[in-house]
Amino acid sequence: MTEPLLVVEHLTKTFGRGRAEATAVADVSFALAPGGALGIVGESGSGKTTTARMIIGLERPSGGRIMFRGEDRTHPARSARSRRERGRDIQIVFQDPYTSLDRRQRIGDCLAEVVGVHSRLGRDETSKRVRELAELVGLDDRQLAALPRSLSGGQRQRVAIARALAADPDILILDEAVSALDVSIQAQILNLLSDIRQKRGVSYLFISHDLAVIRQVTDDTIVMRHGAVVEQGPTAAVLDNPQDPYTRLLRDSVPRSGWDPEALTARH
Amino acid sequence: MNALLEVDGLRVRLPVAGQLRTVLRDVAFSLDRGSTLGLVGESGSGKSMTVRTIARLLPDGADVRGGVRFDGAEVFDLRTEALRSYRAKDVAMIFQDARAYTNPVRTIGDFLTEAMRTNDRMPKSAARKRAQELLAEVGIGDPERRLRQFPHELSGGLLQRVMIAAAVAARPRLILADEPTTALDVTTQAEVMAILGRMQREYGMAMLFITHDLELAGAVCDETIVLYAGQVVERQASVRLHEDPLHPYTAALVQARPEIDRRVDRLPAISGHPTTAYEAPDGCAFAPRCHFAQEECRAGVPPLLQIGPSQTRCVQMPGLRGHMAPRQHAGSASNEEVQR
Repeated sequence: MTEPLLVVEHLTKTFGRGRAEATAVADVSFALAPGGALGIVGESGSGKTTTARMIIGLERPSGGRIMFRGEDRTHPARSARSRRERGRDIQIVFQDPYTSLDRRQRIGDCLAEVVGVHSRLGRDETSKRVRELAELVGLDDRQLAALPRSLSGGQRQRVAIARALAADPDILILDEAVSALDVSIQAQILNLLSDIRQKRGVSYLFISHDLAVIRQVTDDTIVMRHGAVVEQGPTAAVLDNPQDPYTRLLRDSVPRSGWDPEALTARH
Repeated sequence: MNALLEVDGLRVRLPVAGQLRTVLRDVAFSLDRGSTLGLVGESGSGKSMTVRTIARLLPDGADVRGGVRFDGAEVFDLRTEALRSYRAKDVAMIFQDARAYTNPVRTIGDFLTEAMRTNDRMPKSAARKRAQELLAEVGIGDPERRLRQFPHELSGGLLQRVMIAAAVAARPRLILADEPTTALDVTTQAEVMAILGRMQREYGMAMLFITHDLELAGAVCDETIVLYAGQVVERQASVRLHEDPLHPYTAALVQARPEIDRRVDRLPAISGHPTTAYEAPDGCAFAPRCHFAQEECRAGVPPLLQIGPSQTRCVQMPGLRGHMAPRQHAGSASNEEVQR
């Protein structure tokens, strides 16, 4: 059996103190295998984004452990150098491709900057690497020379994915990365993500509220509610035969033909 | 005659940087009293513009051709008092972002009673009482306390219910709902749709329901219109839309969505990106992305064909009907095509 790439144990995060204390993440445990794809499903306030932020080092856990390749990563990196090293392991793509890019920086420069941070390459090598990345995500030279404002939402999300891959990470966290996209574009990006996983062997931690998207891109899934995991297992099993009443409610809430929201609402 | 709303040959152009840009082209449909019509499309398809045109909320300098008739009266001929009454009593709107449409420094009570006080000259205590009834109607408990609260104290789902309460307060005959549940969680979406459906039934209101979600439109609307590049490309009974689409765009949209109960090797994505009316090519606007496009598709703007009770703007219909299976789209998502 292969060692898991990432192991999260009893992860907990509370915000505030005393009477104002709120638990965002409560005792969450899971493992991500090399090359695997794990989905985190939940509604707003379920703690899925806070979990991701702790894994990437943007939040300090209140309790529990985060292990990457057997090394303790529970606490955010202290030095710029170790932060950069960790950046080569785990990268993240956010939901909104309109606010996550610098609007004054050309796309090619944006990618070159990240390549430069993570590997010492000459100018020619860097631009070669930028082209490789652009090709991988389906961006052309014209788009590399453009500013973010002249790109569509789908193209921006391709840029965000290329930028994350520029560090050549082992894990890519996708936090609602396709939720804001039009259906026709969403399908392109989902296919792109499965291509990248095949070609590069990168593992995904895929956060989404969209069960159909989770079905398409993940192998295993955890369902979160109010900070805690209510169900976890292989994605097909969790979605086809949900054991927890909340998972069942989530599943039944997805509109389809014969959908009866009134009957559903009466249930809880 | 049963049509409450008739939209006829609507063309709308908006001023952008000194030039008029087309946003809607020849949009025509009718909506019967008490029925629900879905308006589905991707970004730039013109769905929100259609709603704004119907509510006469277009910016200054907009150029409108064609007509919008509400209950037989031409909406663009309404002046002052009649227009005010049309907006206050006949139609009501519900938007995606409820928080953006409430004043953050005024209470829910102020928000709900404002229209009653100004339009109906209702005394304060009576308006307050009516507001409580409205909140109870949309299933909000402890209405007295809620009236004293501010928008930031309410969750998104709760605030959207307040919007519905405000919208139905005047018992309008038409509700224009612009992506009312898009920002909400799925379980909250179900709650909001349940309330909207019940209100609509109880008061016999018609609804124009805008969404990007074909499944949601299919689940809650009697009929659905699919818009692309500012045009109606298909109109069908919602239940038929998934099984028997009449336009290659609709078929491709249905196929591109992942499904909750199975995983496919590759999603049959649509190459390229959605076009706006302003950028649309001559001929069929979808032709550059369509797998079935022929020479004739690029020849001129295709007319809206009637097929039984349904409509399609595809010149290859009905020949193509039933032959737009996903297999024929397979491999369409390769990077080369996406780059175009």
